Amino acid sequence: MLRWLSQKIRSGLAKTRGVFTGVFDLLRGKGKVDQAFLDELEKRLYLADVGTQATSQIVERVRQAFRDKEISGEVETFVKQQLRELLGHEERDIRWSATKPTVILVAGVNGSGKTTTIAKLAKRFQDQGKKVLLAACDTFRAAAVEQLTVWAQRIGCDIVKQQQGANPSAVAFDACERAKARGYDVLIVDTAGRLHTQTHLMKELEKIYHVVGRQIPGAPHEVLLVLDATTGQNALQQAEQFTKVVRCSGIVLTKLDGTAKGGAIFAIKQKLGLPVKFVGVGEQLDDLEPFDPDAFVAALFE
Amino acid sequence: MFEGITRGLSEALRKLRGRGRLTPDNIREGLREVRRAFLEADVNFHVVNQFIQRVEAKATGQEVLARVDPAEQIIKIVYDELVALMGPVDPRIPQRADRPVVLMLCGLQGSGKTTTAAKLALTLKERGRKPMLVAADLQRPGAVEQLQTLGSQIEVPVYSERTTPVDVCRNAITAARRQLCDSVILDTAGRLQIDQQLMQELQRIDTLVQPDEIYLVVDAMIGQEAANVAKAFNDALELNACILTKLDGDTRGGAALSIKAVTGVPIKFIGVGEKLDKLEEFVPERMAGRILGQGDLMGVVEKIAAIQKQISEEELKKQQEALAKGDFTLDMFRQQFSLLTKVGMKDLISRIPGMAEMIPEGEDPEIALRRVQGIIDSMTRQERARPEIIDQSRRRRIARGAGVDVAEVGQFLKQFEQMRQLMRQMSQMTLWQRLKMVAGLGQMGAFLPGGLDKIQIKPADASRRKSARERAEERKRRNKKKRR
Repeated sequence: MLRWLSQKIRSGLAKTRGVFTGVFDLLRGKGKVDQAFLDELEKRLYLADVGTQATSQIVERVRQAFRDKEISGEVETFVKQQLRELLGHEERDIRWSATKPTVILVAGVNGSGKTTTIAKLAKRFQDQGKKVLLAACDTFRAAAVEQLTVWAQRIGCDIVKQQQGANPSAVAFDACERAKARGYDVLIVDTAGRLHTQTHLMKELEKIYHVVGRQIPGAPHEVLLVLDATTGQNALQQAEQFTKVVRCSGIVLTKLDGTAKGGAIFAIKQKLGLPVKFVGVGEQLDDLEPFDPDAFVAALFE
Repeated sequence: MFEGITRGLSEALRKLRGRGRLTPDNIREGLREVRRAFLEADVNFHVVNQFIQRVEAKATGQEVLARVDPAEQIIKIVYDELVALMGPVDPRIPQRADRPVVLMLCGLQGSGKTTTAAKLALTLKERGRKPMLVAADLQRPGAVEQLQTLGSQIEVPVYSERTTPVDVCRNAITAARRQLCDSVILDTAGRLQIDQQLMQELQRIDTLVQPDEIYLVVDAMIGQEAANVAKAFNDALELNACILTKLDGDTRGGAALSIKAVTGVPIKFIGVGEKLDKLEEFVPERMAGRILGQGDLMGVVEKIAAIQKQISEEELKKQQEALAKGDFTLDMFRQQFSLLTKVGMKDLISRIPGMAEMIPEGEDPEIALRRVQGIIDSMTRQERARPEIIDQSRRRRIARGAGVDVAEVGQFLKQFEQMRQLMRQMSQMTLWQRLKMVAGLGQMGAFLPGGLDKIQIKPADASRRKSARERAEERKRRNKKKRR
């Protein structure tokens, strides 16, 4: 099972590996840890969207530790260690509530992959024998409700919805009532995509958050921010603003099956302490994996 | 939009500005910060380096060093390079007499193709053409329904059938001919550029349908990947242009620079909002100016022109006459503000330099604006024409009507009086000075109660310190006026 998992992440990270393989080759190369070496390391990190802050930090540490020493296996271990360290060590499982239902709020910018992620999560929980309810709170985008309904049918889970244009908080309210009344284990709340700069939409999201909290004490137990791995440094702003409004508890990094590197998660972890909990590695329902930082970093160097 | 680069660059260049003379050393130092700003803005690593090299080479030339204000020269060089890098752009969409023109949209998942397809259709419709939308995304659940909903919103026919993407596209052309549509927009499914199978599917559509133009739709928030994505799609399909979406957020949008530099494919349109009319032509000069912290004054000029067109000529003349006399009334104020809302405050704010920083976080300018409108709407006609008659009891009534505090009404009236004086001065200014004033207006934030006290009214160039003689002369002029 574990082998299969890391296989998947590894294949998902094929291109990421490609980039970091460069680092790896670089680390295996002959010569000294000189300016040319550091420049090359910097370049590779930048190209992986790791960002200026994390990049300069790693480069600086390497510079101080290995200045003018021979390049050897030590550098490789060190660089890997640095990257792994930046990802942190906290719990990456869903924070299950002691009482039913556990409410998971899913938010993110437009087109990051929220709805698909929710379908994958629902499938995952259902496979674990849990009773899942979806709340279609994206009442803004045309046909968003239909999209989630199609997924619900395919998975065979229930969905609470209203027509397009309905008040999303009202949908959330209904969903909470239904989840409590019918004894669902998990309620996953889909929300409309919104840019984190749209104040009124962020307020709307905040309202959904509070409505859920009022209906079910302690809810939402988990607020997942869906982040497109192709996003560059703006990912940090997204994480910052969403966290400010709805206190995100974790990230789902999507579209990692492309050449996307998702290097922005380093900066996000550094600045906000927000851990990645799941990664999306394809369009199929099974293409969601728990994030394994060790495998992630290891895969980067394989 | 592009605020990040703007802020980063102006920070970097401010340092340059403080120095008396520009040496190769401080050029390099300034450019190092430009480089970092660009990297933080997600401009492709290689593009950044080439860019910096070009600027450095030009800046260290003797011509620049000989100039009086070297910092401005650098800005000019960076600006020119930015424009050269992002331009030229052709906003036209081809047209054919013998058959419908076919436009194909492609891109990664979630880049905004479907919304852009509808926006593009609306743009064409506004240009007097008859577009048809084609739902060729059979992959994502709900995609067809989404396009159908959008199509009915803008009253554009949507062609769909549950077959294969290739068949949909082919049959759509026939349908378009039958319905006498002159443009066909193909909305294809999102795909990864490394997905061989799906890329081949696009190529099959390309060979079979032979689109006149192929546009790549790219999320402006994309990182270093922009270069790879654009390159792969361009290699597979020979793109004609690129459409950058979600530029209404705070992304620094370095992709705009990268894509053009790496593939040579120009950006044609930009998406600046979720509403279907939020598609604009890409203007490199405007973008470059904004990147440099000079703000988008050209954009403001255009917007203002558009607003003025909406007011009837007569009305305008009347207003201008009144303005010249200094009779700026609350009625006019109200009218102007509702026009501002039409344009979209946020839109305008992001175009004016320094303005974005003045809006307090969490304050929605549109809502603040609506409160002001509420206050004005709660006044009688007489009060609007002559605000000075509003006494305490009238204030209380207005506050009740608008649902605000009495103090807020008072504050607003105070602000309005200041604004009126400003208008009086503005009526004597050139267009350029007025524009500067508009930027100042934003800082004062008439719709941000309390912020007004900050503004200092200076009709002339405010950035320059006046000499003692100039001040004396000014004093003389003022005294003269008083005596009269």
